[in-house]
Amino acid sequence: MQSSIWLVPGLPLFGAAVLLLAGKRSNAWGHLLGCLTALASFALGAGLFFTMLGKHGAERTMHQHLYSWVPVPGTGANVFQADVAFQLDQLSMVFVLLITGVGSLIHIYSIGYMGHDPERRKFFSYLNLFLAAMLVLVLADNYLLLYVGWEGVGLASYLLIGFWQHKPSAAAAAKKAFVVNRVGDVGLSIAVMLMFVTFGTFSFGGGGWFGHPTANQAGVFGLAHNASSGTLTAIGIMLLLAACGKSAQFPLQTWLGDAMEGPTPVSALIHAATMVTAGVYLIVRSHAIFDLSPDARLLVTIVGAITLLLGAIIGCAKDDIKKGLAGSTMSQIGYMILAAGLGPIGYAFAIMHLVTHGFFKAGLFLGAGSVMHGMNDEVDMRKYGALRKYMPVTFGTFFLGYLAIIGCPPFSGFYSKDKIIEAAFSKGGTSGWILGGAALLGALITAFYMTRMVIMTFFGEKRWAEDAGGHEPHPHESPLNMAVPMLLLAVGSVGAGFLFNLNESFVKWLEPVTGPREEGKLPGGLNSTTMSVITLAAVAVGVAIAVMQYGTRKVPAVQPRGSFATVAARKDLYGDAFNEAVLMRPGQYLTRTLVYTDNRGVDGAINGLAALVGGTSGRLRRLQTGFVRSYALSMFGGAAALVAAILFAKL
Amino acid sequence: MSVLTLLAAAPGPITPTANTFTAPHVEYRALMPMLVVFGAATLGILVEAFLPRAQRYWAQVGLSLAGVIVALGFVIANHGMAETAAADAVSMDGVTLFLQGTILALAVLAVLLVAERGTAAVDLDAFAAQAASAPGSGGERAAEAAGLRSTEVFPLMLFSIGGMLLFPAANDLLTSFVALEVLSLPLYLLCGLARRRRLLSQEAAMKYFLLGAFSSAFFLYGIAMLYGYAGSVRLSEIATAISAAPHSDVLLLAGIALLAVGLLFKVGAVPFHAWTPDVYQGAPTPITGFMAASTKVAAFGALLRVAYVALPGMRWDWRPVLWGVAILTMLAGAILAITQRDIKRMLAYSAILNAGYILLGVISTTAKGVSSTLFYLAAYGFATIGAFAVVTLVREAVPGRDATSDADDVPGSVGGEATDLSAWAGLGKRSPLLAACFTVFLLAFAGIPLTSGFTGKFALFTAAIDGGAWPLVIVGVIASAAAAFFYVRVIVLMYFSEPLADGPVVVVPSPMTTIALFVTVAATIALGVLPQVALDLADKAAYFVQ
Repeated sequence: MQSSIWLVPGLPLFGAAVLLLAGKRSNAWGHLLGCLTALASFALGAGLFFTMLGKHGAERTMHQHLYSWVPVPGTGANVFQADVAFQLDQLSMVFVLLITGVGSLIHIYSIGYMGHDPERRKFFSYLNLFLAAMLVLVLADNYLLLYVGWEGVGLASYLLIGFWQHKPSAAAAAKKAFVVNRVGDVGLSIAVMLMFVTFGTFSFGGGGWFGHPTANQAGVFGLAHNASSGTLTAIGIMLLLAACGKSAQFPLQTWLGDAMEGPTPVSALIHAATMVTAGVYLIVRSHAIFDLSPDARLLVTIVGAITLLLGAIIGCAKDDIKKGLAGSTMSQIGYMILAAGLGPIGYAFAIMHLVTHGFFKAGLFLGAGSVMHGMNDEVDMRKYGALRKYMPVTFGTFFLGYLAIIGCPPFSGFYSKDKIIEAAFSKGGTSGWILGGAALLGALITAFYMTRMVIMTFFGEKRWAEDAGGHEPHPHESPLNMAVPMLLLAVGSVGAGFLFNLNESFVKWLEPVTGPREEGKLPGGLNSTTMSVITLAAVAVGVAIAVMQYGTRKVPAVQPRGSFATVAARKDLYGDAFNEAVLMRPGQYLTRTLVYTDNRGVDGAINGLAALVGGTSGRLRRLQTGFVRSYALSMFGGAAALVAAILFAKL
Repeated sequence: MSVLTLLAAAPGPITPTANTFTAPHVEYRALMPMLVVFGAATLGILVEAFLPRAQRYWAQVGLSLAGVIVALGFVIANHGMAETAAADAVSMDGVTLFLQGTILALAVLAVLLVAERGTAAVDLDAFAAQAASAPGSGGERAAEAAGLRSTEVFPLMLFSIGGMLLFPAANDLLTSFVALEVLSLPLYLLCGLARRRRLLSQEAAMKYFLLGAFSSAFFLYGIAMLYGYAGSVRLSEIATAISAAPHSDVLLLAGIALLAVGLLFKVGAVPFHAWTPDVYQGAPTPITGFMAASTKVAAFGALLRVAYVALPGMRWDWRPVLWGVAILTMLAGAILAITQRDIKRMLAYSAILNAGYILLGVISTTAKGVSSTLFYLAAYGFATIGAFAVVTLVREAVPGRDATSDADDVPGSVGGEATDLSAWAGLGKRSPLLAACFTVFLLAFAGIPLTSGFTGKFALFTAAIDGGAWPLVIVGVIASAAAAFFYVRVIVLMYFSEPLADGPVVVVPSPMTTIALFVTVAATIALGVLPQVALDLADKAAYFVQ
């Protein structure tokens, strides 16, 4: 079983390759192959999970070494060793099951959702490519291979956001996502280089390698304590920058809202459940570095807290159902980042929230997709209303996801989010109060905007409008292959949290990777129960405000002007304007100056050099006369020069 | 078999003491690859003499392929061998075996390309119907009309391959000289056998022959001087003589220089490179590919052996000279390639440039230098044969369009090769697959990662730095940058230019060329993506036996 780890990413990669290379010939069965590889990968992941359950202690970490790419011998520690090797431990296992599980469901959902798209086969090949890249990311046993997967998911995300590239908005959104992600990628590459310079290796380290001679070699984590705290902080901050890019955290959050231009299954799979959580994975995976650098950790929590409020506020003001959910995703990942930054008291809850969020957010997105499917692709919630009667399954699953995300007990969000809020307060000190307060406030706002979304979509009266082609919407329940994934995800939204919290099974499962969890101490005489009550009260307040505002009053079909705060939130709190003023404009000035310098100075030199080389070439070329006698003469001259050189050098 | 008799008799150390004659012990197992190839060549001559014309082609192709593949099998079976054979005339060590294996693998592909005769739809025979008939004469037209096919190219190639197998294995200078001639003479002939642009081809053959003979004279003169110095032509005894008398000697130094002239001519290093562009352009393209890849392997093998076995004691004398040659070769190759308009000439200058890179491995004088040279030779050989195979498939659309072609009126024939670079514009749109293949080879030549060229260059440059030759590496990197320009220019031309209205056609070859192309592309990518196996093999093979 262990030797088949490579097949987990290998199968979807094979699927992507076949679908891309076979081209139109595979149009008829392409989507089926895409689903099959995803399901096979999930089955394999499940098999590996049971294998892992059958093992104990350190044996649970499985390794597979495929090959080394040009090991370059060097002096001392600086041996360049680029291994293609996989490591499957408890943390990777969670991700493998989440990615392949949710991924398979979304593949199946896409068969129906993309049914009318002429390019459906291409869509499935990109989805397969994404699965493969994401699985490489979480299975890599060293940072270099992780980087390969990291770039791979960036590529897949770019391709999928811009899948409807005929829409200029989609093309622009894809470009934006790619460029913003690049900023984060630079962070990761610098972090990887710093690690190599500091530790002389990319490997995570530790453990016996399956089928590899250099077993038990020390890796980054084993050597981390040798490095200076400055270096560790630098690496930590660069890793955080990478995480900010991929996970849409402040200040690199602006791309996620636009990324909703992609087909809805993409939003569900990549921009809610899996890819955007890669940043959380990266931080938890690198916990050995963050453990040793409190400064980097503090920065992580600050970024998490800012983003969780930012995303929530943006979510309140959006009328586009998918953009509202995107704001919510930002906010929820903010919770995870916050938890990861809290250190040993938070790692396990970050991952737990990640998994529960994967279920309910994917479910919510699929629900949104189902609504859009029934409403002629309308995304404006002001033009929905009263849909619960027409789409009962969608409404039911969406509502369960809603209960989960606002943290209503006993749904899954309650267990994971509650723990994060508790952990934030128990960090202690002023920062504990601030972070905890932010998390609590976030819970209140989450309840508000999610309630608003549910009311505007499913309750109230019809506000349906004709689409551009003059068609009346005829909302209807989606076909079975779309409904079943929604139902299965709803089961996850309901039960996952309770299951994970039973006997603290999830925390114990991750303990070998993240280290033993420290029990935090709540300040101010609070305890776990009072904390839960306070959180629930905050949630109730949020729900009540939303019901007052949207349930009892009529929802205007046209967006009202709104207060200053609403306008700001609608514009993503001026994230784009900020980027434009602080980065883009100065960047443009800098570019212009550089182009000027380049044209006048650098190009002048280069062109001069090129002209010199070209001229030399043209002149030397004339020596090639074609006459054998002149060739012989040049050989004779060369021979004479050679003899003379070797003789006179010596004598 | 005459060559082998010569071999056995050539080396000096057997001094007749009495009237008794002891037959030399012959190590058949070690010599088997060469015996098989020479045997197949001799059989090929018999086939040519006795078999009816209609059956010759398949008989020759079968015989050549069988001979080369069986010989390759023997080389593989001999792995790990470390002994001398044929009264110490031949040393079968790691370097020999690796290079012989490389030469034979390349030879399989070259035989496939030479055997390309086209399909029912197109006639792709690259060789003159009757080599003896003068271009444009009545005899030529008669031969064309009779549908004659030249099959003597196969035994000629086999003899040449046999010489190439012996050249890097030769343990004394006389054997080395014999091998040099055995590999060169058939090549001179093969160069003159092109079916199209026959005058250019014959001119190339003539130039190659004259200059080759000239360089052989230098080589032989060098041997004479070294014999005068050491009293032996055996490489190991020359080394002993050098270490016994550390003071330098005019005979020794001049001998080394003249010997180097002969070897540097064969590898095409500046200033002994002048023949390369003319001959590469004029020779039939499959032969150009064969020559560019295999001759380089054999000649560098011989250069390595002379430098590392006979002359390690003199390395402080020959290294500076080779430094100069390497710098000149890299710069001249890169600079001159930039202004070439003809694809075959451009590849010829690229071959010169690569000879300069490989010299870095020789100059390194470390085990790493040997292994990196071995690896680079293999990587470069595959990419070169592949690149020339691509050239054979891009043809002028109209038969007889180019002024110099003489025999294009045969029905079913396409035009000659469209070697002018302008004709390659937009090839990526016309024939994406072929353009993709060529792109792979160009990227390999330019040393882009994930191709064999990157790994090879990386290994060579690392070895050169280990050997203290970092200034050469700087020159090499500068030359690579300049070279990237003209390689990438062709890619840009193929993909980003509009195709010419009356541009060339891409012909569909028989499976022979297809197989050769597939193997070369696969090897070029495999050696870039998973080079470790081959690198390990080259590391293990980097040992000499005296």
